[in-house]
Amino acid sequence: MSRVRVLVGTRKGAFVLESDGTRSRWDVSGPHFGGWEMYHLKGSPADPNRIYASQGTSWFGQLIQRSDDGGRTWEPVGNKFVYDGVPGTHLWYDGTPHPWEFARVWHLEPSRTDPDTVLAGVEDAALFRSTDAGQTWHELPGLRTHASASSWQPGAGGMCLHTILVDPSDERRMFIAISSAGAFRTDDGGATWRPINRGLRSEQIPNPTAEVGHCVHRIAMHPSRPRVLFMQKHWDVMRSDDGGQSWHEVSGNLPSDFGFPIDVHAHEPETIYVVPIKSDSEHYPPDGRLRVYRSRTGGNEWEALTDGLPQQNCFVNVLRDAMAVDGLDPCGVYFGTTGGQVYASANAGDRWAPIVRDLPAVLSVEVQTLP
Amino acid sequence: MIRVVLPQHLRKLARVGGEVTLEVAGPVTQRTVLDALEARFPMLGGTIRDHTTKRRRAFVRFFACEQDISNESPDALLPDAVASGAEPFLVVGAMAGG
Repeated sequence: MSRVRVLVGTRKGAFVLESDGTRSRWDVSGPHFGGWEMYHLKGSPADPNRIYASQGTSWFGQLIQRSDDGGRTWEPVGNKFVYDGVPGTHLWYDGTPHPWEFARVWHLEPSRTDPDTVLAGVEDAALFRSTDAGQTWHELPGLRTHASASSWQPGAGGMCLHTILVDPSDERRMFIAISSAGAFRTDDGGATWRPINRGLRSEQIPNPTAEVGHCVHRIAMHPSRPRVLFMQKHWDVMRSDDGGQSWHEVSGNLPSDFGFPIDVHAHEPETIYVVPIKSDSEHYPPDGRLRVYRSRTGGNEWEALTDGLPQQNCFVNVLRDAMAVDGLDPCGVYFGTTGGQVYASANAGDRWAPIVRDLPAVLSVEVQTLP
Repeated sequence: MIRVVLPQHLRKLARVGGEVTLEVAGPVTQRTVLDALEARFPMLGGTIRDHTTKRRRAFVRFFACEQDISNESPDALLPDAVASGAEPFLVVGAMAGG
């Protein structure tokens, strides 16, 4: 029977949860790296025992850890993230030029085919790659040197590259998202990039339909349909049917179209999930009711999923990298909260239960479906 | 022989128990001690000072002989008591919330 491994990054350590395919009983190990912020952990699709983890604190900076045995033991690997050439400047919060400064790794994206190759999305926004299992990192500078980069400005959380999607049909095509520059696409393996923000509208910037400057929170894709993208923006849930060339809003009947994560069902490319949050300053669910919303129509028509989730006095947030799906049938859906709960549904969202609770604030959740 | 005391998180990262002892050739300064430390424990690179600029990270402090020497020049000689091994060179995580 298949097994499932859930990788949880929190403000004060990492946790690894495992279950058999019933997903009814979970073994929890951790905290790994207790006291450190674990922004993201992700396993290699090519070798499930290979896991990469982003570890850091304000005190001691950034580390990358690698496990070759499914998260039981870890080795620190390379943590030298140096921008290629002269880093240049972007705009600071006050509108003045500010030099690019590396702060942390937000997201790790292991290759689907090579366990030693992994991409890293960092703050200040740039894309790095390692081809030696994390020992050394080299920037793909075409993104940071894009003509618009000097006008990029950080969001409240910093100017982070937080989303990396690689087209499974052509690994040279990638989609990334930066808060708050927007979404970008490359078709040549990262040498050149173009903004893909047409159709986005953000009232918080001087030109609401500008080519760059949008605070994209997350993009999701189903591997079988890499031209169809779903986006949770600062406000608005959006959809593209042409690989990001244009977007249209699919917020429909959501109680709020603000939120952070968005994800796609493993077997139903038109079934998507979001977690509505009340507003850009009130980072908790509307009415104190934690509800995942599911659309089976690729957006616009949404149903609230509440069974097993707290429906009163709940004021947690769900961060952008804190939702994932497994590959079993029925599809499992998982998300973690800033209140330290990780909820799972083994039936595509119909019923939920916490598989661990009272952890430190959850920053990221990833799932591995194991043979 | 130079004695270095690391904060708990870095001891764990470097997989050392108590103090670290280092041989430092030439003048004993913050720079030469940290160079020797990072050469012996490469995983500490970037955690105490920036990889490239070698500037001390903002929330890391250096103490010796009950003095905060964090803002001394990295090339200033450390106290004789540190150079002789009578006193340790302390790397400390700054007091800060979080």
